[in-house]
Amino acid sequence: MLSLKNVTVKYGAYAAVHEVNIKVEQGQIVVLLGANGAGKSTTFRAISGLSKPASGEILFEEKSISGISPDKIVQSGIVQCAEDRKLFPQMTVQENLVMGAYVQRKNKKKMKQTMDEVFELFPILYEKRNDQAGSMSGGQQQMLAIGRSLMSKPKLMLLDEPSIGLAPLIVEQMFESIQLINKEGTTILLAEQNANAALNIADKGYVYENGKIVVQGSSKELFSNEEVRKAYIGA
Amino acid sequence: MPKKFEKYIVIFFIVLAIIFPLITQNDYYIHIMTLAFIWSIAVYGLNLLAGYTGYLSLAHAGFFAIGAYAVGLLTVKIEMGFWVAFILAPIITAVIGFFIGIISLRTKEHYFAIYTLCVGYVIYLIIDKWDSLTEGVRGLMGIPAPANIGPISFTTPLSQYYLVLAILLLVIFIIYRIINSLVGRTFIAIRNSEPLALSLGISTIKNKLLSFVLSTFFAGLAGALYASFVRFLGPDIASTAITFDLLMYLIVGGIGTLFGPIVGTTLIVWISQNLQFLQDYRMLIFGPLLTILIIFAPRGIMGIIGDWKVKSSEKKRNKEAQKSQSELKKEA
Ligand SMILES: Nc1ncnc2c1ncn2[C@@H]1O[C@H](COP(=O)(O)OP(=O)(O)O)[C@@H](O)[C@H]1O
Ligand SMILES: [Mg+2]
Repeated sequence: MLSLKNVTVKYGAYAAVHEVNIKVEQGQIVVLLGANGAGKSTTFRAISGLSKPASGEILFEEKSISGISPDKIVQSGIVQCAEDRKLFPQMTVQENLVMGAYVQRKNKKKMKQTMDEVFELFPILYEKRNDQAGSMSGGQQQMLAIGRSLMSKPKLMLLDEPSIGLAPLIVEQMFESIQLINKEGTTILLAEQNANAALNIADKGYVYENGKIVVQGSSKELFSNEEVRKAYIGA
Repeated sequence: MPKKFEKYIVIFFIVLAIIFPLITQNDYYIHIMTLAFIWSIAVYGLNLLAGYTGYLSLAHAGFFAIGAYAVGLLTVKIEMGFWVAFILAPIITAVIGFFIGIISLRTKEHYFAIYTLCVGYVIYLIIDKWDSLTEGVRGLMGIPAPANIGPISFTTPLSQYYLVLAILLLVIFIIYRIINSLVGRTFIAIRNSEPLALSLGISTIKNKLLSFVLSTFFAGLAGALYASFVRFLGPDIASTAITFDLLMYLIVGGIGTLFGPIVGTTLIVWISQNLQFLQDYRMLIFGPLLTILIIFAPRGIMGIIGDWKVKSSEKKRNKEAQKSQSELKKEA
């Protein structure tokens, strides 16, 4: 469904992502693991069109999407839920969701239907639908950010560190929701530092170090990999 | 504050504006108010771009002047009918705005402000130096007053006041509809964060250009009204001093608020009328006042009112929450 071939992304002269190869199949959950600054977010920025790769190629459903503008990429079915989980703080929860459905704006009926699905997934959003987004707790804001991304009816969702800064109990719920979203048919590419929780729901993973992929394999393989255990799982 | 109450306040001010000439009976005051309304329309245009979309254009007086000179030149030099010229003027301004927008929107933030400042200055220079077309510093004279529509004539200050007021109310209504539509939310999304807007699939280029064109359209409309009201045009109306006046009106009234432009403009225009005896020294008063306002109330007068509204509704909500909690306790 998505494949990155020898993708390099530079900030100035500095290659934050170097010759990366990634493959995501339809229906999978794939995780990018790595410490802060390893290059996960930069990879996402390249896929969603916010950064242009210096070299290499990104294919989505067999078509090249490198160099296409971000709004066209969302239209083609890839949505990014960024790590800063920025909302429109002065808009209500519901208005935020409507903004997420921007590419579906012509189809009001479908939008309503998708919104009901999001409310079903995150009932708290329904309860707070008329509240200002800025007034919600961290976990709720993350749910809204994910819900808003879902409003575009993506085929592939890029989720950047959805668990960061959340209480353990909320993290658990979050990963359960991600699994549910995946079961409903959305392919997911996840960036995480919480390797334990992420590998639990993922099919396979890539481990980043300094902009390069150093280890890759199925979740099972990564779980039992000595180095990965030492560095990211802490056991 | 309940929505209904807000509606009454708006209706109160509309009624006040309608009966204002009957109260004062003073042609000079009516003249000042008419001018303030015309400037307000220009400030509404600036607000759409700078306030709601987050792009501070400093070419706004230039576009105001384009609208004004369009009416002036079309009626004086080609002797076109007044209303045709009047309708063409904002359209011409918006078309020029479209091409300038395409180029200037390649820049962002302060670069955009500086670039548009230059554009504004170039517009001023063209009007000032192109004597054969614009009459340059001598000024363009003989612009006709609005032509009669059926039995209604627009030659008295009173009738012109009502014409401008009617157009101002229409502009406010249109702006209200824009900012409450998906297009308006798209502008606000761009102001919030362009990367976020992009990652929701919003074409920021298209929408920024739309905001720019709309903003120049309203500047041109205000200019067209100005031309037919003052009936004499000089290059000074395109000067950066005018742009900064408009910006001051917007900041004082409240940038990014619906009523900021009209509140700020009428207030400052009136204050400066009453400080006229100080001549240029009035800036000595405005300067510090403006600085204090920006430090303590960056979103202007309407911003203060908005914050106060949010706070009081929060208080109410907290009270309600407490009440329902104590009720729960009682039940238990
Ligand atoms: N906008 C930027 N400009 C310059 N360098 C950046 C920028 N964003 C990230 N970097 C650098 O690129 C590297 C990778 O960052 P990032 O992709 O955010 O990593 P991760 O998401 O894995 O934490 C880091 O060294 C970071 O400092
Ligand atoms: Mg990151």
